[in-house]
Amino acid sequence: MSEKEAIIRVRGLRNQFGPQIVHENLDLDVYRGEVLGIVGGSGTGKSVLLRSIVGLQQPTAGTITVLDRTISEMEEEERKRLEQQWGILFQDGALFSALTVAENVQVPYREHLGLPEELMDELASLKITMVGLPSDSCTKFPSELSGGMRKRAGLARALALDPDILFLDEPTAGLDPIGAAAFDTLIRDLQRTLGLTVFLVTHDLDTLHATCDRIAVLADKRVTLHGTMDDMLRSDHPWIKEYFTGPRARAAQASAIG
Amino acid sequence: MNGTTTATLETEEAEVGFLVRAKGAWTVRLVRDLDGPLREISPKRARGRDAVIDVTGLTRLDTAGAWLLHRTSEQLRVAGLRVSYRGETPEIRTLLEVAEGYKFGFNLRLPRPPAYLQLAERVGAAVVSVSNEVRGVLGFFGLLLGVLWRTVKHPSRLRVVPLVHHMERAGLDALPIVCLMTFLIGAVLAQQGAVQLQKFGAEVFTVNMVAITFLREIGILLTAIIVAGRSGSAFTAEIGSMKMREEVDAMRTLGLDPMDMLVVPRVLALIIMLPLLTFIADIMGLLGGALMVWQMLDTSPGVFIVRLSEAANFWTFGVGIFKAPFMALVIAMIGCYSGLRVTGSAESVGVQTTRSVVQSIFMVIVLDALFAVFFTAMGI
Repeated sequence: MSEKEAIIRVRGLRNQFGPQIVHENLDLDVYRGEVLGIVGGSGTGKSVLLRSIVGLQQPTAGTITVLDRTISEMEEEERKRLEQQWGILFQDGALFSALTVAENVQVPYREHLGLPEELMDELASLKITMVGLPSDSCTKFPSELSGGMRKRAGLARALALDPDILFLDEPTAGLDPIGAAAFDTLIRDLQRTLGLTVFLVTHDLDTLHATCDRIAVLADKRVTLHGTMDDMLRSDHPWIKEYFTGPRARAAQASAIG
Repeated sequence: MNGTTTATLETEEAEVGFLVRAKGAWTVRLVRDLDGPLREISPKRARGRDAVIDVTGLTRLDTAGAWLLHRTSEQLRVAGLRVSYRGETPEIRTLLEVAEGYKFGFNLRLPRPPAYLQLAERVGAAVVSVSNEVRGVLGFFGLLLGVLWRTVKHPSRLRVVPLVHHMERAGLDALPIVCLMTFLIGAVLAQQGAVQLQKFGAEVFTVNMVAITFLREIGILLTAIIVAGRSGSAFTAEIGSMKMREEVDAMRTLGLDPMDMLVVPRVLALIIMLPLLTFIADIMGLLGGALMVWQMLDTSPGVFIVRLSEAANFWTFGVGIFKAPFMALVIAMIGCYSGLRVTGSAESVGVQTTRSVVQSIFMVIVLDALFAVFFTAMGI
């Protein structure tokens, strides 16, 4: 295996809201082609980290480099081009409520590429098939879909431009265990076939077991530990111990092995 | 780096059969111009029974490119050719399999009925929704009267703290804007009136005009409209967001009646405060008028007061104030009713708030017209 290439590099990140410091001197690398899971207790700034990397949140200090380009130093045009190389799935899909599922998926084609109508239809159908939605959902509005289907539709939109990086914010939150497991499998399959790099914020131990190559733990305002699941299980950090070896963790582990 | 920034296509007749050669980076950003030529590839040009899609020259491929390759191969297959790929790597194979998973014939367009049907449908829906709305408001009015009567019989049910809180919010806090608006309108009314009346040499009647229009109509109407926009909408938004977060349901399960907790304090607060606001609005309007006639017509404040007492009797003022509690009831009732009609989404709060303001302003004006007819018939 060749030298690992860091596709996202965060150095000395600091995020502060008023007197409250969320991140302090946070370093993180995400390598090409891996699935990195970000875990941490409530309020440790997992979503803030994601928002900082994609530029929705201006960090107080620190540098973030994505695909060798520094987020804070970019011109408008360059930024737009970079944004087309990642896809983001927000917690509840964040689909545009006035558009159907197919139109939602076509938004990036329409805005950025100006593809012919017929090709756009074909590509949208392909993406909708890829995320496992039935064909009759194309003409449905987001309000007519269940939570799980909205997430799949959001994923189809995130994948519309065949991005290199996929950001997922709590992809399995609010899904029933069967739907969550199916979503985990979907993410893993898509990641393998499309060669995606996945940045995954989650609370779900089953998702961590099922999909992640590496895990980064946010605690004490920075990445306390990153490594594989085995590294997590070996750690002495009280929170990590509690999280990965608590009663729920044992159940998740048992199901992952069995 | 030519290979990663362009996508090209060549077709030729080779000894292996009809050859389609894909070169460069077939990615979603670059394939736009290939779509047309690929659709036009005609299998009639093939002399033999074989076609080969050569992907050796590909530097990059994504799902969009894979889809185009697959679509082309299907196109050729349907025309009766045997299609094979040349030079495919495992990565390309995986992507082609993704594309092969897609079945043709998805319907992406919403069926749209013809325009006349849409028109009829919308008119019908509007009629039904208006009649439902009227029935709903009337039903709520009955419920509210019942609850108010219960409160009168058992005054201990009245929540005093929220009542005072809403009196402050809807009444006291509205004072600055009510004062400012009525003062300005009073001044404008006097100024415009004076200019017009001067043409008849009747400028002495400016005071009469300002006094009667303001005390009978403008004072209460203006105040009611400001309060409808300010407090009516606030009632809807407050109750609506509580409804959205299931706080109203929680109240019910704890044995608390939302009518007692949320609606009665707001309705009573407005019924108490609107007459008081109207009183102050009348004073401010007259003050504005007095300053303007003093400035324009040299009518001193002393003279203004004498004229005022000649022009207006108690009932001129009484008619305005008398209307206030009724308008307050309508505004608060519509505000609370719309709030309780909010369903799950945040969008619904916005829709209901808009509706509440429009409806209560409309009702205020309708009520004012009814009162005008009533008082004329009574000879007041």
